[in-house]
Amino acid sequence: MASKAVYSHRDPMLKKRDDFEDILEERRNSSDLRYALKCYTPVVYKGISPCKADALTNMVLQSSHLHYVISQVSKETGRAVDDVQDEASAILEEMAQRLQLSTIRFFAFTLSKVFKTLFRSICVNEEGIQRLQQAIQEHPVVLLPSHRSYMDFLLMSYLLYTYDLALPVIAAGMDFMGMKFVGEMLRMSGAFFIRRSFGGDKLYWAVFSEYVKTMLKNGYAPVEFFLEGTRSRTSKSLTPKLGLLNIVMDPFFKGEVFDMSLVPVSISYERILEESLYAREMLGVPKPKESTSGLFKARKVLSQNYGSIHVYFGQPVSLRSLAEGRVNRSQFSLVPRHIPKRPSEEIQNFVNDSAYMLVRAQEENMVLKPWVLLASLLLQNHHQSQAPGQKPGMALDELTERVVWLRDLSRQFTVVPEIQETLYLRGDVGPKESRSADTTPEEELLSRAVIVLSCASYRNQALHVFLRPALLALAIHAAASTKKREVFYSFSFLRNMFSNEFILVPGATVQDFEEACYLLVKTGALQITQQEVLVTERGHRTIVFLTSMLDPFLQGYQVVCRFLCEEATEELTEKQFIPSIRRFIIKHLLAGRLRYTEVLSSDLQKNALAALLRLGAVQKLKGVDQGTLKVNTVMVNSLEDTLGGKLPTQKVVVARL
Amino acid sequence: MGSTQALQEIMKWNGWGYSDSRFFFNKKGQAEFTGKRYKLSGLIIPALKDWFESTFGASLQHKTPPILNSSAVHPPTLNETFVEELKSTGIPFSHDAEDRVFRAHGHCLHEIFALREGKFGRVPDMVIWPNCHNDVVKVVELASKHNVCLIPYGGGTSVSSALECPPEETRSIVSLDTSQMNHILWIDEKNLTAHVEAGIVGQDLERLLNESGYCTGHEPDSMEFSSLGGWVATRASGMKKNIYGNIEDLVVHIKMVTPRGVIEKSCQGPRMSTGPDIHHFIMGSEGTLGVVTEVTMKIRPMPEYQKYGSVVFPNFEQGVACLREVARQRCAPASIRLMDNEQFKFGHALKPQVSSIFTSFLDGLKKFYITKFKGFDPNRLCVATLLFEGDRERVLQHEKQVYDIAAKFGGLAAGEDNGQRGYMLTFVIAYLRDLGMDYYVIGESFETSVPWDRVLDICQNVKERIVRECKDKGVQFPPLSTCRVTQTYDAGACVYFYFAFNYRGLSDPVHVYEQVEHAAREEILANGGSLSHHHGVGKLRKEWMRETVSSVGLGMLKSVKDFVDPNNIFGNRNLL
Repeated sequence: MASKAVYSHRDPMLKKRDDFEDILEERRNSSDLRYALKCYTPVVYKGISPCKADALTNMVLQSSHLHYVISQVSKETGRAVDDVQDEASAILEEMAQRLQLSTIRFFAFTLSKVFKTLFRSICVNEEGIQRLQQAIQEHPVVLLPSHRSYMDFLLMSYLLYTYDLALPVIAAGMDFMGMKFVGEMLRMSGAFFIRRSFGGDKLYWAVFSEYVKTMLKNGYAPVEFFLEGTRSRTSKSLTPKLGLLNIVMDPFFKGEVFDMSLVPVSISYERILEESLYAREMLGVPKPKESTSGLFKARKVLSQNYGSIHVYFGQPVSLRSLAEGRVNRSQFSLVPRHIPKRPSEEIQNFVNDSAYMLVRAQEENMVLKPWVLLASLLLQNHHQSQAPGQKPGMALDELTERVVWLRDLSRQFTVVPEIQETLYLRGDVGPKESRSADTTPEEELLSRAVIVLSCASYRNQALHVFLRPALLALAIHAAASTKKREVFYSFSFLRNMFSNEFILVPGATVQDFEEACYLLVKTGALQITQQEVLVTERGHRTIVFLTSMLDPFLQGYQVVCRFLCEEATEELTEKQFIPSIRRFIIKHLLAGRLRYTEVLSSDLQKNALAALLRLGAVQKLKGVDQGTLKVNTVMVNSLEDTLGGKLPTQKVVVARL
Repeated sequence: MGSTQALQEIMKWNGWGYSDSRFFFNKKGQAEFTGKRYKLSGLIIPALKDWFESTFGASLQHKTPPILNSSAVHPPTLNETFVEELKSTGIPFSHDAEDRVFRAHGHCLHEIFALREGKFGRVPDMVIWPNCHNDVVKVVELASKHNVCLIPYGGGTSVSSALECPPEETRSIVSLDTSQMNHILWIDEKNLTAHVEAGIVGQDLERLLNESGYCTGHEPDSMEFSSLGGWVATRASGMKKNIYGNIEDLVVHIKMVTPRGVIEKSCQGPRMSTGPDIHHFIMGSEGTLGVVTEVTMKIRPMPEYQKYGSVVFPNFEQGVACLREVARQRCAPASIRLMDNEQFKFGHALKPQVSSIFTSFLDGLKKFYITKFKGFDPNRLCVATLLFEGDRERVLQHEKQVYDIAAKFGGLAAGEDNGQRGYMLTFVIAYLRDLGMDYYVIGESFETSVPWDRVLDICQNVKERIVRECKDKGVQFPPLSTCRVTQTYDAGACVYFYFAFNYRGLSDPVHVYEQVEHAAREEILANGGSLSHHHGVGKLRKEWMRETVSSVGLGMLKSVKDFVDPNNIFGNRNLL
């Protein structure tokens, strides 16, 4: 391994990818102050109508869209128009960003200091930056970074400032607003704040959507938001949220802009700042409310090393080309464009598919650090060593051999998502055993779980690479025979079951199946004939690895099913679901009936429940018993058995699902 | 008027307009316009060359003169019995190749391009010149009897491929030229109507009516050549529709000969509630149902006073906002048109050589005032041209009202000359395409109508789509892609697009051109624009008819066609 472990830009495997440039290098060699005060003259959208932030709010308040909604709300509620108008102004006041170059300069200075302490390097693909610069001039731009850390949006603005690109306005959750000083600082660095939920509030929606659209249409600034809606606690990409994507696409559908560039950005952290916070949160220690003092307390992170960050600015996607042949824009010809209308099914499907496509693009451009592969292997080994009669641990030679094997496998599955780097040792994370006398077994379990979940979050970074082949491997395992058709049914069942857990494009079962087959045949793990799917002699290792990768999820979903069948009473509400299943799982883990500590992850539990709700095996009651879960025991039972391979996936089951 | 082929003899057979009028670059490389017919005739246009070269990347070194070859026409397919019986009626006809080719096309780019290359597709097998309504009745009867395909021909100014002979047509195709039916049959001064034969050409109709002190006020840009029957058949629109109305507002009574017989109303009441208006089956039928032979039209006393005008706006957005306001206040002058910046520059390039130092000094002063003193960006400003008509006092009052509105939108009055030149250009612009075609530049215009709130977006998107498509299709030089708002209505406007590009380096320029035009039309429809405001559908745009009028709508039109012309005698295959 030693000879291969040299960092290299020239690696032939990297050729399809852009090269990365470390921007911290320059920061370490020149004055941060001069950098913060540098001349900043970004290129702007060619159709820009320059205006100040204040003028922007006026444009929003005077838009026909808002006028329409205000008078509608006033009619419905009987309130005076002025009154509603005032409310709209207040909403806008609360929401609006106040981007100021001076604040950005302040951040440029302080963040330089912070980044240099925290990170070894921040690597950016400069070709991506050039593409973005081009895109910004041509059309309004929407930046869509992956979301793993609070760091993400400051980092984005920092990078754009560094490269002299137009600073974005960023949709941020209202929770930041709680942090008085910081909230305002963020506002002045371009953040605008959205309430987390405003379901039926027509006025709020109107102000919000008009505000975003106005900034976008006028080329005021690139609009940035997180497709995943919130930070992923597991490092897996989250199912995209469609609200904001719907809003930004609307001006194109209605012909108000010629085109728009959607730019997926993949931010890969070697180690996420919030790492152990996330694990604790998923184990039931609630996340601390964002507060300024909390931020200062968190400054101890400054003394730690968080490795490197890779930021990959993906290929800008032209919305026009994306919509070509899929969206008939003349559907908006018959109603004035300022009257809000529910998007047609055609549009909804299009937005949904685009969102998945963009999240997949984020995934594909993530950089896989060697630690990620290592974590996948260690985690599997850890689980296997839990079995009786196994010695824990693995010899370093063996581990090295396995990592190299896995690296080669991953390279066959994807276009170089990984960076060659010397693996350096880390003492702070990892499935290490620590025992002290005065902890209860439950406390010990939970503290071990924190480590396992942290470790799993590394493995999860590689999941998207292996996901489709792994689902196929599981399907082969579960299928009643080697018949291709049976394997496909089984694949399609699993895929459907897990589509809340992983990014699986709706309706793309056949493509995914074919892709998985292709990859596993390419690596020589499978032989596929007209009728049959056969595992080759040398493919065994691959198949076992892939199956083990998804095994914790498979087991986890089964446990959720079992819990619902055995423990769910009439009164189980959605709120109580997580605490009660947590108790249930802890019991089973302590009794040694469950192998995977990972199953304690509330993320997995929620996803499993969402899948069961989607499949109709569980129903959420409305009315008096609002939030109560009604379990269809027969169905849940049969799903559990099918997941466990006790029941064959029949055509019927698949069809019904 | 008089002899059978009068117009044909003085007009180009493979280009626009009169044979004596054309642009060319003289030995010094300056553009000149020949002839005596237009204000621009005989003048030198010094700036045109530079504009032409810098806009298109064209060069006077690279010339593509037309290939003159009118003999490669297929011999006619004649229906002998039809010809025999026709002879006995005494109606003049011809199967001379030149007569047939002349009536085989309109003025779409691909049609003219093919002619210049000496390529002829299917052309009519013979031409008939009926002299009156009764002649037409006889011809249609004979055609029905002998199953001959008839294509009515008026002024030949179609830009929708409406005159193209369907290549799949196996019957003998007869071009029914209405040019001899060009008389005003009577004028009714009590009701202010005139009964006119449908073959009359626009400028003759106006001239003859003027002699009696009247006018129709219907002035489409093609009025020098287009015919009354053609206007009715395509739902034409005139420049001064704000005062006089479009053709549907002007027509009181129509007589049309169909294979089923003659269709007409029994009286001339100014408005009727007698079921769907049968005139609306005729107007826009594009020669698919029959031949319009006689029309009763409204006439007006000639206006006492006419005044041109122009307004410069700092940008197109302001200009559109002003036109919208003018429409809202319903105070539009006889004509109001807004050109975008590119067209403004184009209009500038067409300024003839100034005769005196004084005018040139004045021009310089004006330019200085607008760009330096008022701060208008020469690359953004745009200009509206105006035409006022009526009695003198009211015109002046009206003028003030419009200029006051314009001022609210940052508009500056820019003089009568600019306005007048703008309208004059309308008539010579078509000649310019022929000049471009001599130098590897091809172009075309097309139009749409669109609600007010969509005007700016549609202009921007369609122009950009054209640029984008040209680039994608391998056009080496950036195209000219420009637009103007030519008519205002209560609820929207008519928008005209012009586009042209240098096709050097392209193996099939016409195909590229057609793809771009197709894409532009898709863009128009996607942006809430109509399929056509007044050019019609013809064969060029009929693929979009179903989505435009719905399947039921198309079925309605088809059932009318099936009843009126079950054997498809009027077989030009337009529209449906």
